[in-house]
Amino acid sequence: MTPRIVDIWVYLAATPLLGLTITLAAYLGAYWIYERSGFNPLLNPVALAIIALVAALKATGTQYQTYFDGAQFVHFLLGPATVALAVPLFAQLDRVRRLFVPLAGALIVGSVTAIVSAVAIAWALGVSESSLLSLAPKSVTAPIAMGISEKIGGIPSLTAVLVVATGISGAVMAKYVLDALGIRDYGVRGFALGVASHGIGTARAFQVSEEAGAFAGLGMGLNGVATAILMPLMLVAWRSF
Amino acid sequence: MLGALTVLLLYQLVGEVLVHVLALPVPGPVVGMLALFLTLRARGDLPAPLRETATGILQHLSLLFVPAGTGVMVHFARVSGEWLPIVAALLASTALAIAAAALAMRLLMRYGAAQRKGEK
Repeated sequence: MTPRIVDIWVYLAATPLLGLTITLAAYLGAYWIYERSGFNPLLNPVALAIIALVAALKATGTQYQTYFDGAQFVHFLLGPATVALAVPLFAQLDRVRRLFVPLAGALIVGSVTAIVSAVAIAWALGVSESSLLSLAPKSVTAPIAMGISEKIGGIPSLTAVLVVATGISGAVMAKYVLDALGIRDYGVRGFALGVASHGIGTARAFQVSEEAGAFAGLGMGLNGVATAILMPLMLVAWRSF
Repeated sequence: MLGALTVLLLYQLVGEVLVHVLALPVPGPVVGMLALFLTLRARGDLPAPLRETATGILQHLSLLFVPAGTGVMVHFARVSGEWLPIVAALLASTALAIAAAALAMRLLMRYGAAQRKGEK
C-alpha cells in the first residue's frame, strides 16, 4: 500500500498541478483569515500565504524550483495584470488630468525617496554591493524590478523577494503612516501607497476604496516607468561621483 | 471574459515586441499598459467585459506575488548575515516613501487650489 502512495506523490510532485493548487489554496485560506479580521492590515494575505507555503515546502522537503514549476502560471499573470492597470487609470482620467502637477510631483519625490533612502540606510548598515543593487528597485512591481536589478548588477530573484517584502510592509503600515500625517483624501492615500509598494499596496488600496485603488494602480504604473528610467541614470551619476 | 483576457495578452505582446524592437529601458507590460490606455482614450469608452475582467484580476493582484515571495526560502541562507540591515532599510524606506509621496501630493494640491482661488 505504502509504495503506491509514494508513487502517487512522485507523480504529483512532477506535474505543475501541485504547485498551482497549493498556491491558490494557501492564498484562499490566507484571504479568508484576512476577510474574517475585517481586512486588518496586519493580517496581510500575501504574508500569511507565503508563511504557509514555505512551511509546507520545508516540511515535505520540496525544492523551491519544483514548486515554482507549477506556481509560475500564477506568476505569469503579473504581465496581463500590469496591462489591466490601464482600465482603472482610464476610469479616473478626469481626476488624473486635473491633478497632473500634484501627481507628477508626488511621483518624483516618492520614487527618489524610495530608492535613495533604502540604499543609503542599507549602505550605512554595511550591506554588500550586490544586495544594495538588488534592494534599490524594491518599490516597483516584480517584473519591472527584476528587469532593473538584472540590468544594474543585482540578483533578480533576491530582488523579487525584497519587492514582495516591500509590498507587504507598505500594505501593513500605510494606514498608520497616513493616519499619523492626517492624510484623508483617498486619491492621495492610494497614490502614495502605489508608488511606495506597487501591486500589493494597490491590492490593499482596492480593498479599502475603488478610488484609492485606481490611484494606487496609477502610482504603481508610473513608478515602474519612472524607476526604470531614473535608476540607470542615478547609478551612472553615483559611479562617476 | 475570454475576449478581454485575449486583449490584455495581446497588448502585453505588443508591449514586449516594442521594447525589443526599440530597445526601450522599460518592461513590456508597462508599454502594453500605456498602449491600452491610449487605445481606450482614442475610443473614448470602456467596454464592459474589459472592465469586469480587469477589475477581477486587480482585486486579487496580491495573489500573483505569492510564488515570487515564496522564493524567500532560497535566500534565507544566501544573505543570512545581512537580513537584519536589509529588513531595517526596507521598512524605514517604505514608510519614508509613503510619507514623502503623500506629503508632496497634498502640498501641491493645496498650492494648486490656492492659485485657482487667486485667479478668481
